[in-house]
Amino acid sequence: MPAEATQRGDRARWTPADPLIEVRGLKTWFPVRSGVVNRVVGQVRAVDGVDLAIRQGETMGLVGESGCGKSTLGRSILRLERPSAGEVLFKGRSILGLGTRSMRRLRREMAIIFQDPFASLDPRQTVEQILGEALDIHHLARGRKRRRERIAELLDLVGMARDFAGRYPHEFSGGQRQRIGIARALAVEPTFIVCDEPISALDVSIQAQIINLLEQLQDQFHLTYLFIAHDLSVVKHISDRIAVMYVGKVVEISPARDLYLEPKHPYTGSLLSAIPIPDPRLERRRERIILQGDVASSIDPPSGCRFRTRCFKAQPRCAETEPPLTEVNLGDHQAACYYPLG
Amino acid sequence: MTHLLELENVQTHIALKHGLIRAVDQVSLTVDAGETLGIVGESGSGKSMTALSIMRLLPRASRIAGGRIRFKGRDLADLSEEEMESIRGTEIAMIFQDPMTSLNPVYRVGWQVGEPLRIHRHMDKQASIEAAVDLFKKVGIPDAKRRVSQFPHMFSGGMRQRTMIAMGLSTGPSLLIADEPTTALDVTIQAQILELLRTLNRDYGTATILITHNLGVVAGMCDRVIVMYAGRVVEEGSTEDVFVHPEHPYTWSLLRSIPRLDASEHESLKPIVGSPPDMTQLPGGCKFQPRCPFAIERCAADEPELREVRSQLARCWVTQAGQSLDSNAG
Repeated sequence: MPAEATQRGDRARWTPADPLIEVRGLKTWFPVRSGVVNRVVGQVRAVDGVDLAIRQGETMGLVGESGCGKSTLGRSILRLERPSAGEVLFKGRSILGLGTRSMRRLRREMAIIFQDPFASLDPRQTVEQILGEALDIHHLARGRKRRRERIAELLDLVGMARDFAGRYPHEFSGGQRQRIGIARALAVEPTFIVCDEPISALDVSIQAQIINLLEQLQDQFHLTYLFIAHDLSVVKHISDRIAVMYVGKVVEISPARDLYLEPKHPYTGSLLSAIPIPDPRLERRRERIILQGDVASSIDPPSGCRFRTRCFKAQPRCAETEPPLTEVNLGDHQAACYYPLG
Repeated sequence: MTHLLELENVQTHIALKHGLIRAVDQVSLTVDAGETLGIVGESGSGKSMTALSIMRLLPRASRIAGGRIRFKGRDLADLSEEEMESIRGTEIAMIFQDPMTSLNPVYRVGWQVGEPLRIHRHMDKQASIEAAVDLFKKVGIPDAKRRVSQFPHMFSGGMRQRTMIAMGLSTGPSLLIADEPTTALDVTIQAQILELLRTLNRDYGTATILITHNLGVVAGMCDRVIVMYAGRVVEEGSTEDVFVHPEHPYTWSLLRSIPRLDASEHESLKPIVGSPPDMTQLPGGCKFQPRCPFAIERCAADEPELREVRSQLARCWVTQAGQSLDSNAG
């Protein structure tokens, strides 16, 4: 099969200087069904044509409001959702067409940390069983003694006492549960982890512990992260680069610092201005862009630029054709807008 | 001068099978007409229970065990349930975090927004719905005439929260209690709702108690702020004083642990150690002391009172003794 041939060819050419993950024209649509015969009446275009490259060792932040498709994009990269079109390359190799066995091998390289540490751990399993399951599936740490040692080591890594191994999730606080979730992700020694809103469900005083832990583990194991969150302050803190999504599309990609200093897409600009800063003197002087209306529908997105219905810079042209993601600044900064900000 | 609202040593207890939770422990606070007071704290700190105590809307198994709550000089504890009902409908309005569950799905929104007016202002149906249209315009719901006849499921989260605000404002209350009003909303929608609350406060002089875990929201909205931890007020002062020179180690640590959008360099965050307190097993002495980087011997033995420290109030032995938190930062 020619597809198989190109996969091999791509893999041979891949070097660590190339993107670890490459997403090309990815679309993940979900059918909307209605009526007694469950007829498909429309499509939720959760991810609707995304190109994105994630470099080895970096943290790519992914921000956007609820329903913009950021989680679906993360899950599609891991094949936890089935994309409708496009390609995902891992180390240069297309993974969407892989069979079960090749995919299982690949699952060792990629992991996910979920938002809700209350829902993502099986309440009937002990910590040892939760962590052991990942080891067993991939035939890691074989033998009872090595298995127990590895579990103890994983608990060390996430700053939990070794004797917690016999306990159940309900015995832990939210922060501790998230540590277990992180240990489970690390069990397979992945190179790439999708962090899907890993701190949004935690108490404010616990969030920094988890952010610091993720940063420290990244240094220790040279991990690559896709960090998904709606809180731009957290994303800016942890990310090297940030991609901003709006209604299924990436509208801006930039190094984290530039995105804050010089946002180019009007949506990014308004998102940044909407985030409160814990400094009353600064807040008082701040100029706010208050957007009108609600996020556009991903079932029936507006023509042209999807943000134009709320945009303060929109012109007739924006309704006609969709602006492509183009270089707007020197140095790695792209935005999809005909009339980018100053 | 009498305050609009005054709480004096309010205690609210929740009876559980395995013990008593002092969810609100000796909380005193005041709100003056037209003012915006922020109450910040994490989940379980007692901020919502304080609000529910004021409204006398406490969940089952919980009760106000002590203290006084005075509204416009009247002790709310002396009021019958009927009189309290009228206060809730006309004088004090409350909006909640989740606008999805606060509206009845089977009634048209206009009917629901007009309900306080029919009950407390004895308006007829037609007049109450006309009033709802006006209220919708005030809170920025476009196409108000058509919108009032729709059902809640046809509204987005932001629109539902606007609807709740419209309902709360219908009788022109002098106090609005907003309990995490934007937590369930997206940031751009949060900005819209906060802007609306600012406008209403400015245009109608409605005093507001804003309950939130988000320090940024407080910074942008509130004149004064109260910080709660383990059911207690640990710090109180003008927003500027509390944010610029916090005098309680919890406030101090919290401000240093959150990433800021305007940080110029990547600095590693300084987390608060440990976990939020287990309300059924609180430590002796100061409740924050097991997590406190400044704790001295005395902190584990005696619990400090809320006392004046510089221009605000703080419940801390260290700052009360005149030590500055910034100079010996750990």
